[in-house]
Amino acid sequence: MDSLIIDNLNVKIDGKPILKNFCLNIPKGEVHALMGPNGTGKSTLAKVLAGHEEYEILGGSVLLDGIEILGKEPDEISHAGLFLAFQYPLEIPGVSIANFIRAAIESRLCEGESLDAPAYYSRLYEKMDLLQMDRKFTSRSLNEGFSGGEKKRAEILQMAMIEPAYCILDETDSGLDIDALKIVSNGVNIMRSNDRGSLIITHYQRLLDYIVPDVVHVMWDGQIVRSGDKSLALELEKKGYDWVKEELAVTCA
Amino acid sequence: MSATEAIDLDFEKGNFHYDTEYDFDAGTGLSEATIDYISGVKGEESWVRDFRMKALQTFLDKPMPLHWATRDLSNIHFDKIRYYLSKGQTPSRNWDEVPDDVKQTFERLGIPEQERKFLAGVEAQFDSEAAYSRMKDDLSKEGVIFVGSTEGLREHPEIFRKWFGKVIPTADNKFSALNSAVFSGGSFIYVPPGVKVKQPLQAYFRINAENFGQFERTLIIADEGAEVTYMEGCTAPKFETSTLHSAVVELVALRGAKIQYITVQNWSNNVFNLVTKRARAEEEAEVKWIDCNIGSRLTMKYPGVILKGRKARGEVLSIALAGDGQHQDTGAKMIHAADETTSNIIAKSISVGTGRSSYRGIVNVPRNLKGCKNNTECDALLINTNSRTDTYPAITVRGDGNSVQHEASVSKVSAEQIFYMRQRGLSEAQAMSLSVNGFVNDLVRQFPMEYSVELKRLIEMEMEDSVG
Repeated sequence: MDSLIIDNLNVKIDGKPILKNFCLNIPKGEVHALMGPNGTGKSTLAKVLAGHEEYEILGGSVLLDGIEILGKEPDEISHAGLFLAFQYPLEIPGVSIANFIRAAIESRLCEGESLDAPAYYSRLYEKMDLLQMDRKFTSRSLNEGFSGGEKKRAEILQMAMIEPAYCILDETDSGLDIDALKIVSNGVNIMRSNDRGSLIITHYQRLLDYIVPDVVHVMWDGQIVRSGDKSLALELEKKGYDWVKEELAVTCA
Repeated sequence: MSATEAIDLDFEKGNFHYDTEYDFDAGTGLSEATIDYISGVKGEESWVRDFRMKALQTFLDKPMPLHWATRDLSNIHFDKIRYYLSKGQTPSRNWDEVPDDVKQTFERLGIPEQERKFLAGVEAQFDSEAAYSRMKDDLSKEGVIFVGSTEGLREHPEIFRKWFGKVIPTADNKFSALNSAVFSGGSFIYVPPGVKVKQPLQAYFRINAENFGQFERTLIIADEGAEVTYMEGCTAPKFETSTLHSAVVELVALRGAKIQYITVQNWSNNVFNLVTKRARAEEEAEVKWIDCNIGSRLTMKYPGVILKGRKARGEVLSIALAGDGQHQDTGAKMIHAADETTSNIIAKSISVGTGRSSYRGIVNVPRNLKGCKNNTECDALLINTNSRTDTYPAITVRGDGNSVQHEASVSKVSAEQIFYMRQRGLSEAQAMSLSVNGFVNDLVRQFPMEYSVELKRLIEMEMEDSVG
């Protein structure tokens, strides 16, 4: 039950198969890394899990703590406990970070319940201190004119406030300088918990210097072709993605 | 979903009506007899009746402005409208004396509660006449007048007549002529020199009857150095047939006076809302129109300021939200007629689904003036691909030493933005309202608190309705 189980997921976009019998099991308490070259379906997986309507789902299932989330609306999936940190977070002009997160928290309240504003702000500031963020940050319009690093920080702050059961981080390290990378990794590490499972999607090994995964998966052509411990990431780094193409793809077929 | 239920309930707030018995009914259609009837029940002096008759002729002579406006105007059937419905011509000063169905209407809309909380005076109009009108006693002692137009004409003809029809002549347009012929209700306000009314005066216009036309006439005069804020709210139930609302609002700000006029209308989507609003600002006077147009089938409204005296200042802050099937044709007019006058227009429109927004603006600075400034900003937000927005600015600045600045932008709420927000737990409607609130945020910050809260709620309701 305490697991995000993706079973035999098959997904197409524009008639082209992207995910092929994709299987992955992320138990709570573990951090998994999903690596692979561009175009193998990593970001498609992230969006399909979050309920993006653009993809055609041919079959399979995604159980979040035993509840089927495949084919549900994005907000239902969010409420069920899945959080996606976007590779390219979108700008929401005129809406401050504080108000945006507030709306997200309010969407989780039961009927008749109302948000305790002072408690909300003290929790927000507590998380920001933990993530070493300047308090002025929350009054800025969400992602509007943000640098790559600021956008990723805003994603981590949202994640810390929403406290999801499962976090999917899609290429969170792309476009980050080393300082930003450290802050983001620090955030993910702080959120490591026995009550939470995480999937870190990344193209490069360098993020894994800061976030040590329990399991590393290598993806190629819509499926996982090899899984192992963190040494797999290092091996991949050394041998390059050609190795995946030439050896792993063959063994898989 | 709990949130949806709560919002639906709120939406129903304006959508109800009572089968009211009217003691006074001018019947259906428009003729000289209609005007005789209206003028007769109001017991008007002959000059008012003559004014109305002349206006009727002007209305009949003027063609529909179809050469520039939407063809939807030709769907108004003037012969099927009821022009005057009331239970009497004298408003109560006490809610207990207001007839039950009318009182219940305003209670359901929360008016008596708002009056207790933050208003200096309230007028509540039900169809053609004010049912309730009251102002705080200390304001009456200072000489402030706040009554309906029927009462204003009767009790204060010397001030009323001096300014009536002077800012907006009968022949300004077909609908100002119609209003001049059959006007009833609206507010008459006079603030004596130097008196600053701290709390807002509020009028609430309610249409209850089907096939009805509401033609309120508002005249506000702020004497030298006086200050006043007036707020109007409007609602109507949803009927199958169309309803017409055609008001004329004239503001006069004498030397150094300040008038702030705030409209938050939430008409149901069967209402043709065709309103003429204009102000005259004398030397160093300031007039600010805050105009929020939500709902209606078609709104055509371009509040204006004639900047008549040196250093007069005019401002229009406008928000128009065109939901599915609605057309908001709004804008502003700034007529500079003295040196060193300044004007500012900020218009934001939102189009959702098949909703359509048009901005029309006129800024006129003649050759002989010096030191005039205008700033115009028009921003449009499109939600969903089939939305439409048009901008028709007409800026005429002649002569040197005057400056204008015009900026316009069109932005979209993309499907990816909506997906991003929904991934954080917001429903589609909540995501859309949040984007809209973000879009109007910098403007709404300038509104009085109570109205910005109300506006936010109306936007949420409209978005729920658009998502369906």
